[in-house]
Amino acid sequence: MTAARTDFSYSSQNSSTRLPFRHLTAADAVLSICVVGLAVLAGTSVGPLLGPLVPPDLPPLHLGLLWLPDYALRTSLRMLAALAVSLIFTFAYATLAAKSRRAARILVPLLDIFQSIPVLGFLAFTVTFFLGVFPGQVMGAELAAVFTVFTSQAWRMASGMYQSLRSVPAELEEAARGFGLTAWQKFWRLEVPCAIPALVWNAMMSMAGGWFVLVYAEAVTVGNRAIMVPGIGSYVALAARQRDSLAVLAGLIAMLAVILVYEQVLFRPLTVWASRFRLETGVQDEGMAEPWVLRALRRTRILRVSIDALLSATGKIGSLPLGRRQGRGQKTPAAASNTVLECLWWGVLGLVFLSALEQTLRYGLSAYTAGQIGHVVVAGFYTLLRVLGMLCLASLIWVPVGVWLGLDPVRARRAYKIVQFCAAFPANLFFPVVAAGVLYFHLSPDFWLTPLVMLGAQWYILFTVIEGASSFPPALLEVGQNFEVKGALWWRRIILPGIIPYYLTGVLAASGAAWNAALAAESVQWGTETLKAHGLGAYIAQSTAEGNMSDVALGVVVMALFVLILNWLVWRPLSDYAHRRLKLS
Amino acid sequence: MTPAPSTTDQTPGHSTPLVEARHISQSYHKDSSADLLVLDDVNLTLNAGEIVGLLGRSGSGKSTLLRILAGLLEPTSGEVLWKGEPLKGPADGIAMVFQSFALFPWMTVEENVALGLDAKGIRGEERDRLVESVIELIGLGGYENAWPKELSGGMQQRTGLARALVVHPDLLLMDEPFSALDVLTAENLRTDLVELWSEKKLPVQAMLVVTHNIEEAVLICDRIMIFSSNPGRIAHVLTVPFAHPRDREDPAFRQFVDHIYALMTQRAPIVSEADLATGVKPAAQPAPAFVALPLVSITMMIGMMEALAAPPLNGRADLPMLAEKLQLELDDLFPLGESLELLGLAELEDGDILLTNEGVHFVLSDLEERKAIMSHALLHHVPLVKMICTVLDERPSHSTNAERFREELEEGMSPDYARQTLQTVIGWARFAELFDFDEEGDRFYLEDDGAE
Repeated sequence: MTAARTDFSYSSQNSSTRLPFRHLTAADAVLSICVVGLAVLAGTSVGPLLGPLVPPDLPPLHLGLLWLPDYALRTSLRMLAALAVSLIFTFAYATLAAKSRRAARILVPLLDIFQSIPVLGFLAFTVTFFLGVFPGQVMGAELAAVFTVFTSQAWRMASGMYQSLRSVPAELEEAARGFGLTAWQKFWRLEVPCAIPALVWNAMMSMAGGWFVLVYAEAVTVGNRAIMVPGIGSYVALAARQRDSLAVLAGLIAMLAVILVYEQVLFRPLTVWASRFRLETGVQDEGMAEPWVLRALRRTRILRVSIDALLSATGKIGSLPLGRRQGRGQKTPAAASNTVLECLWWGVLGLVFLSALEQTLRYGLSAYTAGQIGHVVVAGFYTLLRVLGMLCLASLIWVPVGVWLGLDPVRARRAYKIVQFCAAFPANLFFPVVAAGVLYFHLSPDFWLTPLVMLGAQWYILFTVIEGASSFPPALLEVGQNFEVKGALWWRRIILPGIIPYYLTGVLAASGAAWNAALAAESVQWGTETLKAHGLGAYIAQSTAEGNMSDVALGVVVMALFVLILNWLVWRPLSDYAHRRLKLS
Repeated sequence: MTPAPSTTDQTPGHSTPLVEARHISQSYHKDSSADLLVLDDVNLTLNAGEIVGLLGRSGSGKSTLLRILAGLLEPTSGEVLWKGEPLKGPADGIAMVFQSFALFPWMTVEENVALGLDAKGIRGEERDRLVESVIELIGLGGYENAWPKELSGGMQQRTGLARALVVHPDLLLMDEPFSALDVLTAENLRTDLVELWSEKKLPVQAMLVVTHNIEEAVLICDRIMIFSSNPGRIAHVLTVPFAHPRDREDPAFRQFVDHIYALMTQRAPIVSEADLATGVKPAAQPAPAFVALPLVSITMMIGMMEALAAPPLNGRADLPMLAEKLQLELDDLFPLGESLELLGLAELEDGDILLTNEGVHFVLSDLEERKAIMSHALLHHVPLVKMICTVLDERPSHSTNAERFREELEEGMSPDYARQTLQTVIGWARFAELFDFDEEGDRFYLEDDGAE
């Protein structure tokens, strides 16, 4: 039992930070409008500056199996680049938000908004932008793919790091100040180490969405021009277009291999290493076996020496006496200058808001008709129906399975790893397979494409249910056995209330992922035929393919609104309630 | 009662003081109501060669004072002189030991110890020499490469001590350094520390120890400053007349401890630590002002009364003895005694606690009668309960929102204390079956055929 405990304590510790409870505030609404306004401004002013979309001279893709290792390598390197960029962004963004109260007031809600924008919808803009900056160059297409993956990871990582920077234990902070560490030293020796577990965890968790986005972004059609960056995603897309089932299968296997390598070489050693930086004492991680990669690192002299050199160099940089010594706890500055600054601050913010509102309204009125907006909103409800329906279906299947798996520590540990793996696998690689089936049997795409939105997202639910069931207090289960509580009563009174806080975390994540997946799921290609289901995802996908930017923008904004409103009105209050009433402390 | 000061060499008050705190006041800003005063005009002088203890209950502001002296916190008013100069931020000659050890989990023992040296830019051989010598001194030899989580609490606190001593501070500040340790470990570490001090092996000139353990203060300190709560003030200063090593079984020692108990219960505020209303506005008459209540459960009060009534004690007990017998810390014992006093079930007097007639009656009664006695006591001695009951009786629905009472409480105390007070009142009232509370709806209500 204890072994299983330690395995999960890592994730559950973070699952509480995964979901900061914020409720809809006026600031969120104001910021949403500011974001839209600035986006309109950027779109209308930068758009004309960019040249016409010139697809780069990409080398033709081959379906030969010998090409696959090369493509797999390219896909993995793209992911690595995106991770690096996300990491740099995270450090800058989270640090700024944690250090400046004023900046935090904008940056933190902004993360919520960014997290609800469907990343795939974004693709139309990033491709147009980067190909406009680098017309006809491979660089443009590559950057667009990497940037899109970045947008799927960065917000989550930044919000995780912000949480941990804000929760540095007070006594450690005092010790750092008391022993005269400078701001720079304190950052590297106290604050960054505190953030490492959350950083690693969030990076690992955002890989799931990351692979999904990456394979999608490798083969996009923007403005009727197909842009295929060599990689696994484009390989599978090409195979689907040529109805080559064998090549699709080979692509799937290659993806599996890439994910395995990532997990073994990058994340397992990182997780073990990061456990050193966990703050709660008394948790033994002896259960964590040393991964073979770490062992190899330790045993291989040249690797060890270079890693040691790297670490000690970082240590040296971290202990440079840059900045001033940290003085006494801040006292609120003189009231007068404070209020003046405050007024100025709100004044500027108000000005930005008003001009953003004006921009948005003007653009909205000139570009869209009421009928069009209505049409898009109706499409949104179609997709909402899909997402909610599939959430229910997935819950019906996975909650019992998850409970069954989670209550047995051995089963739980095994299942946990497999599910983690399934979650990381980009479900959209399977979409062509399903499309082939739908075409072959002449089924209705509206109905049969629906499960695809949950194909990748369902694992979040299973994941959290296993976590919840395995941390359910054994004593309470024994009480149930003792009084022979069975059947529906057992589910209703004993196990379900215990796992609901966990389950809701999973549902929140699954719902977000499902909305994003809808873009890929509601419009799938097999051969020359494109299957379409009614919905907002299909609308955005089609507008992207046609290169109709203002329609894409409308679709993306409406979808983001659906996600945000769903979060604010349903998931947040529910989780809030569950954490207050049902959390077993 | 105080033993006459003996002629040890550690008498304060010569040469320039190491630290001088003048008229320190500290208050926390509250958005809504008045500022909460935590420290009120505290003056303190610390000389080289002495160990001074700050003794008080939790919430008396002694830890805040320590942080002000460490330069970690700026006082709202007043100033701190460090070797005659105004203190601005953490100073080189001051090091601190924390209650929770505050070790960095990602640094080994050695790296933790060397933190202060790294910050100062002391490198190479000198750093290694200093670290090694302090590790030997403090008894950490062999543990250099261990991670903090591998160590027992005692070894962790030794690491914390070594980290503070390695910079050879003139002043060592200790914030409840032994309170997170078990009794045996605490005793062991305390003895070692005092021994090193009396053998003059510690590279420090003076120590300031914050503690809420009376015996510990008398064991270690040359001078003890007793804090009163709300707001924190230095109520008494005592010079401890014993030479090290001290024997806690010595009658004179026991008498000294007794004396401190008496001082700390003397003129005790009617209610607990949290009684801000009386602290800030002593002029206010007792009737309308609600007093803050400590988190004391009904079962603890009953247990205490039953222990008091039982044969060896027969209704009256010496507080230090009771604390030992019931294994209660100061922070549990005083709130408990004062709650009983508030309800008229016991009285505190000269470091003793004795049951009143009402209290004896309570112990001898059965559960139904006990509930009746408690309900009577609550209605008569706790105005808040009286008020809630009146409102509930008046309302046809027999239910009322808790928010208004919380707001009313917050006029005179911090939101935290208001919440705590309500929680305590709910617990007591539920026992007495006066009213019930619906947490989700945040409402008080009467059961259908409720009490009285």
